[in-house]
Amino acid sequence: MSKKLASWDSIIILLTVVVLIVASFAVDNFGTGRNFTFLTLDTLPIILVALPMTMIIVTGEIDLSVASTLGLTSSAMGWMWNHGMSIQTIIPLCIVLGAVAGALNGFLVTGLGLPSLAVTIGTLALYRGLAFVVLGDSAVADFPYNYSSWVTGTFGGGSIPHVLLPIAVLALIFGIVQHATPVGRSLYAIGANAQAAHFSGIRVGRTKFWLYVVSGAVCGLVGVLWTLRYSSARADNGSGLELAVVAAVLLGGVSIFGGKGSLPGVLAGVVLLAALQNALRLEDVSGQALNIVTGALLVLSVLLPNLVTAIRGTWQRRKLRQAAAR
Amino acid sequence: MTPIAFQKPARSLMKTRELGIVLALVLLIVYTTANNHRFLSGQSIRDNLLNTAILAVMAAGEAVVVITRNIDLSVGSVLGISAWASATMVSSHQGLPMIVPIVVGLLVGALCGLLNGILVRYGKVPALVVTLGTLYIYRGITYSWAGGKQVNADKLPQHFLDFANASVLGVPWLVLIAVVVVGGISVLMRNYRSGRELYAMGSSPQAAELAGIRVARNLLGAFILSGALAGLAGVLFAARFGTVDAAAGTGYELNVVAAVVVGGVAVFGGSGTVWGAGLGALLLTVIGSALAVLDINQFWQQAIVGFLIILAICADRLVAVRIARSLRKRDAHV
Repeated sequence: MSKKLASWDSIIILLTVVVLIVASFAVDNFGTGRNFTFLTLDTLPIILVALPMTMIIVTGEIDLSVASTLGLTSSAMGWMWNHGMSIQTIIPLCIVLGAVAGALNGFLVTGLGLPSLAVTIGTLALYRGLAFVVLGDSAVADFPYNYSSWVTGTFGGGSIPHVLLPIAVLALIFGIVQHATPVGRSLYAIGANAQAAHFSGIRVGRTKFWLYVVSGAVCGLVGVLWTLRYSSARADNGSGLELAVVAAVLLGGVSIFGGKGSLPGVLAGVVLLAALQNALRLEDVSGQALNIVTGALLVLSVLLPNLVTAIRGTWQRRKLRQAAAR
Repeated sequence: MTPIAFQKPARSLMKTRELGIVLALVLLIVYTTANNHRFLSGQSIRDNLLNTAILAVMAAGEAVVVITRNIDLSVGSVLGISAWASATMVSSHQGLPMIVPIVVGLLVGALCGLLNGILVRYGKVPALVVTLGTLYIYRGITYSWAGGKQVNADKLPQHFLDFANASVLGVPWLVLIAVVVVGGISVLMRNYRSGRELYAMGSSPQAAELAGIRVARNLLGAFILSGALAGLAGVLFAARFGTVDAAAGTGYELNVVAAVVVGGVAVFGGSGTVWGAGLGALLLTVIGSALAVLDINQFWQQAIVGFLIILAICADRLVAVRIARSLRKRDAHV
């Protein structure tokens, strides 16, 4: 029990709650409904992409192509809209396109056995490049108003944004799959030791492949939401988002070596980063200087537990030595 | 007897790895020149080499880190902090000789690299996490230092700006520096003890430690080298472009890693060469300018780079599988 309390994900959840409480008292306008709406909209892409990313990193792999997949679907959405397709066909097609992009990642990683870090750096460039090929540096902005206003709108004009619905639904689904199903447990087994997982009957390759497909599909969905939110389909939409997502996931206590981490921790990590950024922006601190906090938190999230383990180790050794001397 | 017999096929396979890049480079240049003979004019070659120089310097340092089975994602941010430091320094002390900003850039970079190395080695934090973190930290420091300000070419002394274009015996300084850096580190990695130890560490970290290799010292050295070279690249960046703000070099880390991977350095460490990484940087640059000359949509460039990276990893995989097979065959005979 004490071990569980001291784990990084509980620390990060606690820290998030503290930051939220302090910020809503100390920072003007932080606790307002309007700010909550904007905070949710700003967090939307990172939180949704972080859901499949958590699973992928838990299995010991990584997907750096997520932001480029988002950009590619955004571009494709603009292209299809320009070519007179209806928005009802475009949206599912975009999600399928994302899934296809993810399937290519999955094939290269599991089919050919290539390292996922290198593969997804490659497809990061490839998908972003294709996004530019599709749309060039132009933007498409005339999406139907009722769709884009739904994304930016709130329930009954209050302060709960519509996009909280997809966030809540997807977070619930991913949370249940990861923490309450055999599939979820197998992810941890794969991350802890892929070979042992294979010998105990887990289809390692197939599981990883489908994770990449799901990740791509979610990125496709986020591409659609992003495009509608800003009412602008551009090839450079979401560029650089991959590092923010990975940072949030690691900050949430997921081990980059796989096998460790929980979704509540990751959600807290995302909210913590977003709330800090938001609060400091309201206090007129430049968002870019906040990079220092993001980076430091990221390093500390791994460094502190390591230090604690090291100190505990020395302490235990000393106790053993004393016992032996006695 | 057997070691030599084993070395031969492995070595020739390794050779084909860089040969592939050279071949691709030659084909690209021949094809482009056939379409537009001005592609091989002096000015065009000069531009290509100048554009390669900064990327190649960074790729050399990154290659060393990747060979030890680590990665340095902070190089773009280190370039930014060093470019800003050197640009503000020479703009407020106009009389400083060129060597001073270069040394300062190297030192700033080395310091950043040292911090990365300490966190990786003594903090036991994976390099990907450390350098992703310091990517943000170093960039954040540059932003808080620079604010929204910018150093323009008219604030920089003329000799500083001339440095990027001045040449010795027709070879621009920038290119000379890149050649010396890539060549020197290649020799170091190939022929010297510390270089071979870095390969050993990348092949098997545990075995290297057990074999008595001074892993800590070498690892710190690799990160300091990568940082220092990114710092040097920052000074070169400031001299070449003349305009520096806090965003200088944002996103460069991916280009650098791309050059290294295309150049045949395996991300799992232990194989590849520094000059291969330099060639990778050259290939990526030449592709960009060839597209412009061939009148192909510039937007294709990034997609082609991505495709090349994937191709390069597939080639590495093929080589690795072949070596493993030949090793197994040899074992079967014994």
